[in-house]
Amino acid sequence: MNGGQDLGGTDGHGPVQPEPNEPVFHAEWEKRAFAITLAMGMPGGWNIDMSRFARENRPPGEYLAMSYYQIWFAALEHMTKERGLVADDEIAAGRSLRPPKPVKRVLSPADVAETLHRGGPTERETNTKAIFKPGDAVRAKNINPPTHTRLPRYVRGRIGTIERVIGCHVFPDSNAQGAGENPQWLYTVRFDSRELWGDDGDPSVAVSIDAWEPYLVPA
Amino acid sequence: MSGHDHDHHHHGHDHSELTETELRVRALETVLTEKGYVVPAALDVLIETYEKKVGPRNGARVVAKAWVDSTYRARLLKDATPAIGEIGYAGRQGEHIVALENTPKRHNMVVCTLCSCYPWPVLGLPPVWYKSAPYRSRAVADPRGVLADFGVRLPKDTDIRVWDSTAEIRYLVIPMRPAGTDGWSEEKLADLVTRDSMIGTGLAKRPEDLK
Repeated sequence: MNGGQDLGGTDGHGPVQPEPNEPVFHAEWEKRAFAITLAMGMPGGWNIDMSRFARENRPPGEYLAMSYYQIWFAALEHMTKERGLVADDEIAAGRSLRPPKPVKRVLSPADVAETLHRGGPTERETNTKAIFKPGDAVRAKNINPPTHTRLPRYVRGRIGTIERVIGCHVFPDSNAQGAGENPQWLYTVRFDSRELWGDDGDPSVAVSIDAWEPYLVPA
Repeated sequence: MSGHDHDHHHHGHDHSELTETELRVRALETVLTEKGYVVPAALDVLIETYEKKVGPRNGARVVAKAWVDSTYRARLLKDATPAIGEIGYAGRQGEHIVALENTPKRHNMVVCTLCSCYPWPVLGLPPVWYKSAPYRSRAVADPRGVLADFGVRLPKDTDIRVWDSTAEIRYLVIPMRPAGTDGWSEEKLADLVTRDSMIGTGLAKRPEDLK
């Protein structure tokens, strides 16, 4: 979606402000919101692409005004409610008002280390062949789906060069919609700064994205 | 910020907003716990893991090893995920890692313009600025300007390569080894490797910076 999350090349946000000796979390609620989000992935049954869409799918003004953990938490509330795991009246009451729905699995303290260590690899086996090879010129498609995509606006329509064939990976545009993993070949595509930003681009800069095959056409 | 009751009156806009969030987080945790979907002790372990165990010290060990051991460096640059796994770091948000070597000719810098993708097993959770609009917007359009925000100025003839983490590949920058560190142990070298130097918004510390 062309939402507030797609920030590359936008202006007016001011300078980057690094925080010296920044703590990992800035408030107790951030810790809990972070941990609940990770733990709920298991019983919630959603995938990372659904989570990302739930985070970005809000008015851009709202997205930009919220802190990152506020965005995470808003997405968590949305996803738990959407699946009927909790309801508004329960959050308002601060207690469970209905029996739980059956869920597949709950994260136990003893499982945390192994679950994190396993992670969620996205590479998949395939019997298809990659269309592009390193050195090929490609154009990023001009697509504008209202749903989740990982093709940022600033490269759409631009010509780049395939630098690396990464492998066949879960396709977020499908996976975010619950339409299956639909694995696709993934490439690192390099763009010259001038191609992206015209004469305002710094000729000593190149930018790459990782792009799935359906985002690309031969140039 | 929390751990005390919030029945008192709200004072000011910012405070009441924060309190509202705190209350909602607490309420949701309680409901999810009562329903048996989350186990609070598991949440404690998750928090402790990323507050105490997983952080940029991990990445610094990887970089220091690459600085002293050329065969390790070659393995790391060829296929970083197993090379980093050798030291014991792996998993969530680091399932597919690529290491990028900075040289006098090329400086690498990593961003996620679309969200906050970051190599957790080696760097921990990202700092606020990494997830914020100023960095995500300008890193791809004006990386030299962003570096200036960090007080970093590169020579004009150093090319910059920006890596936008749009997929599940996570990037770790291997900063240049500072001069005057010949014969240093890995442990001592790791003290020179800052988090920002592994994102590409900083350089490794010089020996004199440690004093």
